[in-house]
Amino acid sequence: MSLRRPAKDQPESFEFNTSSLEAANVIVAKYPKGKQQSAVMALLYIAQKQNNNWIPLAAMKYIAKFLDMPYIKVYEVATFYTMYNLAPVGKYFVQVCTTTPCMIRGANKLVEACKEKISENECELSNDKSCSWMEVECLGACVTAPMMQINDDYYEDLDKQKTLDILDKILNGETSKPGSYRGRVNNEPENNRKTLMDLKNA
Amino acid sequence: MLKDQDRIFQNLYNDNGSDVSSSQERGDWVNTKEITDKGRDWIINEIKESQLRGRGGAGFPTGLKWSFAPKEVGSRPHYLVINGDESEPGTCKDRDILRFEPHKLIEGCLIASYAVQAHVCYIYIRGEYFVDGQKLQAAINEAYEKKLLGKNAAGTGWDLDIYIHYGAGAYICGEETALIESLEGKKGQPRLKPPFPALIGLYGCPTIINNVETIAVVPTILRRGAKWFASLGREKNTGTKIFCISGNVNNPCNVEEEMSIPLKELIEVHAGGVIGGWENLQAVIPGGSSMPLIPKERCETLKMDFDACVEEKSGLGTAGIVVINKDQDIIKCMARIARFYKHESCGQCTPCREGSGWMWRMLERMAKGDATKDEVDMLGDVTNQIAGHTICAFGEGSSWPVQGLLRHFKKEIEKRNNLDPIVQKKNNIPYLVDQHLLDKKNA
Repeated sequence: MSLRRPAKDQPESFEFNTSSLEAANVIVAKYPKGKQQSAVMALLYIAQKQNNNWIPLAAMKYIAKFLDMPYIKVYEVATFYTMYNLAPVGKYFVQVCTTTPCMIRGANKLVEACKEKISENECELSNDKSCSWMEVECLGACVTAPMMQINDDYYEDLDKQKTLDILDKILNGETSKPGSYRGRVNNEPENNRKTLMDLKNA
Repeated sequence: MLKDQDRIFQNLYNDNGSDVSSSQERGDWVNTKEITDKGRDWIINEIKESQLRGRGGAGFPTGLKWSFAPKEVGSRPHYLVINGDESEPGTCKDRDILRFEPHKLIEGCLIASYAVQAHVCYIYIRGEYFVDGQKLQAAINEAYEKKLLGKNAAGTGWDLDIYIHYGAGAYICGEETALIESLEGKKGQPRLKPPFPALIGLYGCPTIINNVETIAVVPTILRRGAKWFASLGREKNTGTKIFCISGNVNNPCNVEEEMSIPLKELIEVHAGGVIGGWENLQAVIPGGSSMPLIPKERCETLKMDFDACVEEKSGLGTAGIVVINKDQDIIKCMARIARFYKHESCGQCTPCREGSGWMWRMLERMAKGDATKDEVDMLGDVTNQIAGHTICAFGEGSSWPVQGLLRHFKKEIEKRNNLDPIVQKKNNIPYLVDQHLLDKKNA
C-alpha cells in the first residue's frame, strides 16, 4: 500500500465553477438513478483539475454533498487511488515510470534529470512552485520505455538529455510536444517492421 | 510467421486511421445485423467453438463465461463491463487498441452486449490513459452519430449505450471484482467469489467482464468463422494474440502473432534480437510482471501459449514479454517488481499487505548482499504464506515472480549473500534483531 496524507494547509471552502458543474452533471447522468456514487471518481478528477492539480478536503466534503453520500466514503476513495493529489503538486506534475521494464531501459537517468532540474526529493515543489515530480509504477507504455507523464500527456523513448530539455522547456513556461522522442508514431518495431507491409506501403 | 490476411488488428500500427469510414473499409461494422440475426445461442456457441480464451491474463474461456449470464433478464438489468485497466508491467496492447482500433472494440461491445442481453456497457480505462480514452470517446461519439450505437444500434434492433469510466492509478482494479467496486464508486478492494459477477456483479446485477482485446477480436471471429480462428495456434490455445516485447531488445514492439509461436522467433524476428546477442540473454518474463521468469536455457524452445508456459511453471498472462539480458542485475529487477506489488497491494488481506513489503525489503537487501544465508529460505517461506491465502489472485501475482527468482537464480542469491550471522559478527547490520545475543561471549 502507499501512504498518502492530505496537505496541512487546506483552503476553507470549495465549490464547482460553472463549467465543472456542467461536466459533473453530464457524468452523473451516465449512471443509473440512485447509483450516483459511481460518479465520485470522475468528480474528484474535475475538482482536481479546477483546483490547480490537487484535491483539498473541502472539495471532498463538497462532492459528498453533491452526490449525497457520506464524506468518509469520498475520503476513502481519494486516499486509496494514487492519481488524486492530496497536496499541491504545481502546474506541471511530472511522473517518471521506474518499474522494471523502464528500469532496465535506464529510467534512473530520468530520475536524475528530475532531481537536477526540479527538486532534490520526490513530491517537492520546484523553487518557482510550478512543478514537482515523483516516481510512479508502470504507466503502460513499456514498449516505448523509458517514459514519463506530465499532466495528461505521455513523453516516451526518452534519455537523460531529452528529459533535461523537456524539463527546461516546461520550467520556462513553454509546452513541450508529447509523444515519442525518437519520432515513433506507433508501437511497430523501429526500422524492422515485417508485418502488414502492404498497408504501410499503400 | 502469421500471414498478413490472418491478422485481426489490421490497423495496429495506424496506417489507415481509426475513424468509422476507414474502419468500415477494413471490414468493421459491415454486416453487424447479419451476425446478430443468427441469434444469441449461435454467437455464444461460435465463440465456444473458436476456443477463444480471455486475453486479460487468466485465460478463461470466453464463450463459457458468456454462457454463465442468466438466459432470461429478470428484475435486474444485465451489464457488460470492459476491462481496460491495463497496468501489468510489460503490457501495453490495450492502449494500441483504444487509440488505433476503437471500432473493433465498440462493435465487439455491441455483439457481446447482445449475446449477454446488456443494454449498458461500461468501459473501464486506467486513469493514466486519459488521452487514449479521449480518442475512444471520439470514436464512440462518431458511432452514435452514424447510429451504430444508441437506439436500434447499427440496425440490429438492440439498444446499447457505452460509457467510459476512468480509473485513478490502482493496479488492483484490473481484478474483476475490484473493478466492479471501483465502478460503484468505492475503494478498489476485491470481493470474495462466489458469488461470481456473472450472477451478482455491478450494482448486484448480472455482469460480464472481459478484457479489451478479448472483446475486440469477437467480431472478426464471428465473420470469419470459429473454424478459421481455431485453425490458428494449437488445441485450446487458438487464434492470434498481440505480444508486447519490451526490455533489452533492439526493437521493442507490439506485434500480433499466432498463438504458440516460439519465443525465440518473436524476439529474433520481430524485436530485432536481444541487445548483445542471444547469448547475452539472461531471463525472460513471459507474461507481465506477475508471471515467474524463465531462464535462457528454457527460452530456446518455449512456445508462447497458455499451456506451454504453465508447463514451465510460468504463464502467458497478458503476453507482455520483458527481456532481461546479462547486463542487468536479476535480483534488482525482481526487487523492483516486488516494490511494485508492495505499492499496489490494496491492503485488504494481511498476508499480501504485509508480505509484499517483506518480500521487497528482503530482496533489496539481497541485491546489495546484505542478507544472511537463512534469509533465502525464509523468503521462499514468505512467498508460500502469501500465495493462496488472499481474497484475490493478487497474492499469487506478487509472490510468483519471487518464487520464479528463487527457483532459477537461487545460486546467484546465495553466492551474493553468504553471510552467516553466527560465524561472522557484523555489528553494522541493524536489522539483525538478535544482535545483542551475538555480541555475548558465548554466542
